Amino acid sequence: MLGLEGIAVPLGFILTIASTIMCIVYGILNWNKGYVSDEEICLEQKWKIEEEKVQETL
Amino acid sequence: MSLPLLTSVVLIYLFIVGHLTVKAYKETKSASDFMVAGRQIHPFVMAMSYGATFISTSAIVGFGGAAAVFGMSLLWLTFLTIFVGIFIAFVFFGRRTRIMGLNINAHTFPEFLGLRFQSRGIQGCTGFLIFLAMPLYASVVLMGGAKFIAQILSIDYNIALFFLTIVIAIYVIMGGLKGVMYTDAFQGTIMFAGMIILLFITYAKLGGVVAAHEKLTAMKDIAIKVFGAKGHTGWTSFPEFGSPFWLIVVTTIIMGVGIGVLAQPQLIVRFMTVKSNRELNRAVLIGGIFIMVAVGVSFIIGPLSNVFFYYENQSTLGKISIVAANKNVAEIIPMYIKHAMPQWFTAIFMITLLSAAMSTLSSQFHVMGTSLGRDIYEKALGKSGNSLIITKVGIFFAIIVSYFLAWGLPYFFEGGTAIIARGTAIFFGICAAAFLPMYFGAIYFKGITKAGAYGGFITGTLVSIFWLFFIHIKESKPLMICKTLFGVDSLAAGTKWTIVDPLVIALPASIVATIIFNFMGKKPEESHMEKCFHNIG
Repeated sequence: MLGLEGIAVPLGFILTIASTIMCIVYGILNWNKGYVSDEEICLEQKWKIEEEKVQETL
Repeated sequence: MSLPLLTSVVLIYLFIVGHLTVKAYKETKSASDFMVAGRQIHPFVMAMSYGATFISTSAIVGFGGAAAVFGMSLLWLTFLTIFVGIFIAFVFFGRRTRIMGLNINAHTFPEFLGLRFQSRGIQGCTGFLIFLAMPLYASVVLMGGAKFIAQILSIDYNIALFFLTIVIAIYVIMGGLKGVMYTDAFQGTIMFAGMIILLFITYAKLGGVVAAHEKLTAMKDIAIKVFGAKGHTGWTSFPEFGSPFWLIVVTTIIMGVGIGVLAQPQLIVRFMTVKSNRELNRAVLIGGIFIMVAVGVSFIIGPLSNVFFYYENQSTLGKISIVAANKNVAEIIPMYIKHAMPQWFTAIFMITLLSAAMSTLSSQFHVMGTSLGRDIYEKALGKSGNSLIITKVGIFFAIIVSYFLAWGLPYFFEGGTAIIARGTAIFFGICAAAFLPMYFGAIYFKGITKAGAYGGFITGTLVSIFWLFFIHIKESKPLMICKTLFGVDSLAAGTKWTIVDPLVIALPASIVATIIFNFMGKKPEESHMEKCFHNIG
C-alpha cells in the first residue's frame, strides 16, 4: 500500500491518519462542551473559601 | 547558504519572539502568572504550546535521523504520540488534572502530587528527580539545534552550541509560563508551516508520494546488506521480530516516548493553565493535527533521505544517509536540508528548528526552575523567601548544566549512536516509571495511599537507574561504572537484555510496587478526598 511493504508499516500509517481524524471528530463534537462561566468560577471560589472555613471550624 | 538572507530571517524571528516575551513579561504580575499563566490561556495557545513543547529539535533532528537508520517503522511512534500523547492525555488525564489542580490549588506537577498525597516529601522528591534528570533531555534538545546551525553555517558545533544557549537563556529567564506559552504558540505555528513545506518539497523532488516510497522500498537489499545482521528488513517495513533493531525501535523509541509522554511534568502543567474542559476539548483537535505533521513528517523525511543521498545528490551518490553523514545520526537531517532544499527554505527551516528548540527548552528550564524554587526550596525544605528569584536561579543553574552536558555527551558516545533520540527516550522512560503509576492513581483512585505513591516512585526510579548503569549496554558501557565494579560492560552481556529499554522493566515494577505498598499505608482522609475529587467524575 502506498509503496510501503508488509503489514506493520502501512498499518502504522493508517493508524496515524485514523487517530488524527479521531482527534478532529472529537474536537468538533465537543467544541462547546465543558465550558465553565465566570459566574460558576466565582461560585467555585466561594465554595472553596467556605470549605476552608468549615475545615478550620472542625 | 546566503548569509544575508539567513541573518534577516533569523533577526525578524528573534524580534517577534522578543516582542512577545516582553509583552508577557509585563503581564506577569504574580507567581500564579509565572507558574500556571493565571489559568486563562486560550485553547489554541494551549494546544500549540503543548505540541511545541513536546516536539523539539530532538524529534525533528534526533528522531528524524534515527528514522533514516531504522526506517518508517517509527511511524508507530507518530500514532502513539497522537493517540496517547494527545487523545488519552487530554481526555483521560487532562480534565481530571485541571479540575484537581484547581481544587487543591497546585502550581507545578510536583506540587500537584505533593498536595494530592499531603506529602511535602513527595513534592520534594519529584522536584528533585526532575531537576536531576531533565538536564539530559534539555541537553539533547540543545544538541539538535546546535548541530543544525553548525551544519548550515559550516561552523564548529561548540560555537553554535554556545550562541544558541545564550539566546535561549536570555528569553527563558525573562518570561515565566505566560511568556513561554505565547511564544510557544507562535513558534508552533512556524514549525507546522516549516514541516508541511518540507514534506511537500521532498515528495515533489522524489517523484510523488507512491513513487518516493517505491524507490525507498527498492533499496531494501542495501538496507539488509548494511544492517541485516541486526534485523533490518528495509526502510519501508518493520524490523525482524525480536532482533536487536526491533528491540530498539519498539522498547526504546516507540514505547519509551509513546508511553512516557503521559508523565511529562512540562506537559502536565499545561492542563492546569486553561479555564475549563471546553478549552481541552478544542485543544484535542488542534493538537492532533499539529502532532501528526510535526512528528509524522520527520519520520517520513528521515527514511526518504536515503533515496536522495543514494540516487539524487551528486556528492553522495551510492551512499545511504548514515554513510553520507559520516555515521553521525544527528547530522542526517541538517545535511539533507542543506543539500536537498532551496536556500530560502533553509532559512525557514532554521527558524523552524530554532522554534522547536526554544519552545521545548523554555518549558524544560521553566519546569526545572520551579522544581528548585517552589518544590524543593519553598515547600520540601520549608524555607521562606522570594521563590520567584530562587526559580530564576534554578533556571540559570539548569541552563549551565544542560550546556555542559550538550558539550560533553558527544565525546562519550560512539559515532553511530542516535544519542539525541536515545537521551530523549531515557528521560521519557524515567518519567514514566517514576511518575506514571502515582499520577494515574492520584487522579483516578481515592484509595491510593502516600506509601503506595512512594513505593512506585522509588521502585521506578531505582530500577531505571540500575538498568541504565548496569544492564542497558548503550549507557552502561560509556558510563563505565559496571566495568569498574564488575569488570564487564553489562551484567547481562551476551544476552538481548542489554538492548531492552529500562522502561519495559521499570514501569511494570513501579506499578507492582505501587499496588503492594498501597496496602501498607494509611488511607487518606475522607474530607481531603472530597476536596481533591470535587467536580470530578
